[in-house]
Amino acid sequence: MAALVVLHALVAALAPLLSPRLGRRVFLWCAVAPAAAAAWALWHAPSVVDGEVLTQSITWVPELGLTLSFRFDTFSLLMVALVSGVGLLVFLYASSYFAGSERPKLGVFAAELTLFAGAMFGLVTADNLFLIFVFWELTAITSYFLIGYDDDRSSAREAARQAILITSAGGLALLAGFVLLSQAAGTASLHELLASPPSGGVVPAALVLVLIGAMTKSAQVPFHSWLPSAMEAPTPVSAYLHSATMVKAGIYLVARFSPAFAGEAVWRPLVLTIGVATMLVGGYRALRQTDLKLLLAYGTISQLGFMFLLFGTGSAAAIEAGAALLLAHGLFKAALFLTVGIVDHQAHTRDLRELSGLGRRLPVLAAAAGVAAASMAGIPLLFGFVAKELALESYIDGPLGVLANTSVLVGIVVGSILTVAYSCRFVWGAFATKPVDAGAVPIGPAVARPTRPFVAPVLLLGAVTIVLGVVPALAAPLVFGAARALEPSIDSGTLALWHGLSAALGLSAITWAAGGGLFAARVPVARLQSKLPAIPGSQRGYRGSIALLNRTAGAVTGVVQSGSLPTYLAIIVATVLLAPGLALALGGRWPDELLVAESPMQLVVVGLLVVTGISTVLVRRRFVAVLLVGAVGYLVGILFVIQGGPDLALTQFLVETLTVVVFVLVLRHLPERFSVQGWRLANAGRAAVAIGLGTFVTLFTLVAGGSRGLEGISEGLVDRALSEGGGRNVVNVVLTDFRALDTLGEISVLTVAALGITSLLLAGRGRRAPESSVGAEEPE
Amino acid sequence: MNRARSLILDVGVRTVFHTVLLLSLFFLFSGHNAPGGGFVGGLVAGAAFVLQDVATGFDPSLRKTVVDPESVLGFGLLVAVVTGIAALVGGGAFLESGTVSAALPVIGTVKATSALVFDAGVYLVVLGVVLTIVERLGEEPEG
Repeated sequence: MAALVVLHALVAALAPLLSPRLGRRVFLWCAVAPAAAAAWALWHAPSVVDGEVLTQSITWVPELGLTLSFRFDTFSLLMVALVSGVGLLVFLYASSYFAGSERPKLGVFAAELTLFAGAMFGLVTADNLFLIFVFWELTAITSYFLIGYDDDRSSAREAARQAILITSAGGLALLAGFVLLSQAAGTASLHELLASPPSGGVVPAALVLVLIGAMTKSAQVPFHSWLPSAMEAPTPVSAYLHSATMVKAGIYLVARFSPAFAGEAVWRPLVLTIGVATMLVGGYRALRQTDLKLLLAYGTISQLGFMFLLFGTGSAAAIEAGAALLLAHGLFKAALFLTVGIVDHQAHTRDLRELSGLGRRLPVLAAAAGVAAASMAGIPLLFGFVAKELALESYIDGPLGVLANTSVLVGIVVGSILTVAYSCRFVWGAFATKPVDAGAVPIGPAVARPTRPFVAPVLLLGAVTIVLGVVPALAAPLVFGAARALEPSIDSGTLALWHGLSAALGLSAITWAAGGGLFAARVPVARLQSKLPAIPGSQRGYRGSIALLNRTAGAVTGVVQSGSLPTYLAIIVATVLLAPGLALALGGRWPDELLVAESPMQLVVVGLLVVTGISTVLVRRRFVAVLLVGAVGYLVGILFVIQGGPDLALTQFLVETLTVVVFVLVLRHLPERFSVQGWRLANAGRAAVAIGLGTFVTLFTLVAGGSRGLEGISEGLVDRALSEGGGRNVVNVVLTDFRALDTLGEISVLTVAALGITSLLLAGRGRRAPESSVGAEEPE
Repeated sequence: MNRARSLILDVGVRTVFHTVLLLSLFFLFSGHNAPGGGFVGGLVAGAAFVLQDVATGFDPSLRKTVVDPESVLGFGLLVAVVTGIAALVGGGAFLESGTVSAALPVIGTVKATSALVFDAGVYLVVLGVVLTIVERLGEEPEG
């Protein structure tokens, strides 16, 4: 499985190189990856459906419990069927979709799509929680680039940003949830966690966090606003990421978790409320859309809410229904999105107010899309019907209390009525011959016919929908196998086309009738919808929180980054005085005896040091002050020599020399003299801070020297220097061998700092402005 | 900025320039057993170039360096990192040092440690930092 993920990455890496030669056929090259994954899944399908589980585990960071572990059971097989099966069709479709618009970034785009397919494949086969998280984030990042493909349009950039902000905020919640769960369970393995689920303690909080992650990814209320915005992406992306696969990642997690955790008190109320609300909000808003793609996007939200609800319920029947709906939705929604792409590509619009008569011009496509839409509406003889019957049955005598069962059932029925209505609206809007808006030119009869390879994926998806609808037994092993992988107590059952005159069929009939009625009465309904107050928009919530974030960041930066170096310095020094200074005052242990000096030379040098230091403060000319600071440094170096530290002394002398040179260079930009005259209040304050720091450092040195509690590490280093480091200069051996990693870190910091200086100076030079970083040193 | 160049300083710097560079290399190589090392060596080499800059009045056209100071920086960091990775490839831990001894004719036994290569990286980074700061600041027009 890891090999297949790597294969995706390799295929993606080569795509931009091949794209100049292949043009739009680069998608056919990229299709190799999902094709391989699909073939691999197909090869193993018979044994996996029988209950075998393929596993693979590669050690990554054993100390942190991170392993690249994969686990391929029947539910993963179902997901891979969508990810790689539908993915393959989307890649084939994309090579036609981009015909006639040979855009330069096509290779990169194809690579990103392939990377996404690989990440999604990894996500549904990974077993380690943190590996799942890595793939989860990879899908978010690739999705960001795919949505922003047309990056010269600001709306596309904005949509991409919105998608990644919302989904990665949820990703963070998910990560926190995973950490808590793996701590509580003592394992990061998903199947071990689910086999013996922890409870109590932090588990409810962890579950809420995981659910928030799932809700953002699967566009559940109130986080759904990114999905309609994401329709800025090219249609193959919308069909693949935003209907068939990525948005199902949250559903996937909920499905995995719910059999083990549905019993927790927080789980069902949250999942059921969110699911029903999402289903209704999505369906209601889909009814209002005039852009066919947005109509489908809201429809997708509604269906995602439905699946969230089914899997989240966690009962055997609901899980079976969820698995069936997952498959059905992947088939019909991908087909519908691909249809919109074809319509848009051929007619150059997807506004249903401008389209008319397209059904007569493109009868085959219209038929296939009609089949898919009918499946979405749950019409018999199609697979969507089979799934919806299962769903209704699972709540008719369901696992919840009577009240909850009934409310959920009502929610599903109302949601399904809306679904029937917007399914009708989609087919009517795309293909019907109808009076178009005054002023708009009816687009339809003159549209060029799409090529056969362009339409083929839609036809294939439609055909599968019919075959599985007429002979649902074909899908039974996969659906029940997947359900059993989630909840081992599920027996293999059969999917039937005809369940007899059951209550579920009656409810279905109600949805058809009411949905049809709702569609027939579309004009008054639309008028009513426009009069009702809009549902408080998730979009507005998103905009508001972004604006708030920006304002807060601006305010904080304004306070923290004042731009005055003396202020910064004062804050740093004050912190030193307060934190370690307080500790020193409270807990410092005074040394027993004080050694004043070891030799008369030290006294002489220190005397000079004091004189030089005081003169530095008193002089008026900057240049002299700099030289005096340098002199202080040299005198300290001499102290090192007297003490017997030639290495240290050498370094001190060199650094001091170079510092003076740098100082002198900087001085050219500053006035010759310090401007502050006399003893003003500010000066007194500075003096206080400086004397405070000096006193602190002196006391700290005295106390630190006398309060060593543990044996110094230097003893061992001296002994080991020659034997292990191969050198007699202990300092150097420590720097280049024992603590070489620290040195590496330090030289990295040096490099970054030097590059920072270069960029600051070059930036300042570009403006020829004197207020470069140096000029701001002393506000005068 | 070519005003008031001192002839004495000019000639003096020319005389010692190469000697100082050589001294810096001496510090680098002797550092494992005697005072010195990459850090000090880099500072000394930096001082040589600073001397030269002071003598020429920071005139870029009179500079003897052929590469950007930033490239020196980057190359030094690269050398240090590659040494660490080489230790990994050689079967040790990241940055673990190895020693090779070889008996050469005339010179005698020569011992080389991978720590020296790492130290050479430090030398280059420190030299690069000094060059970057001094040259970039020196090029700045007087404000």
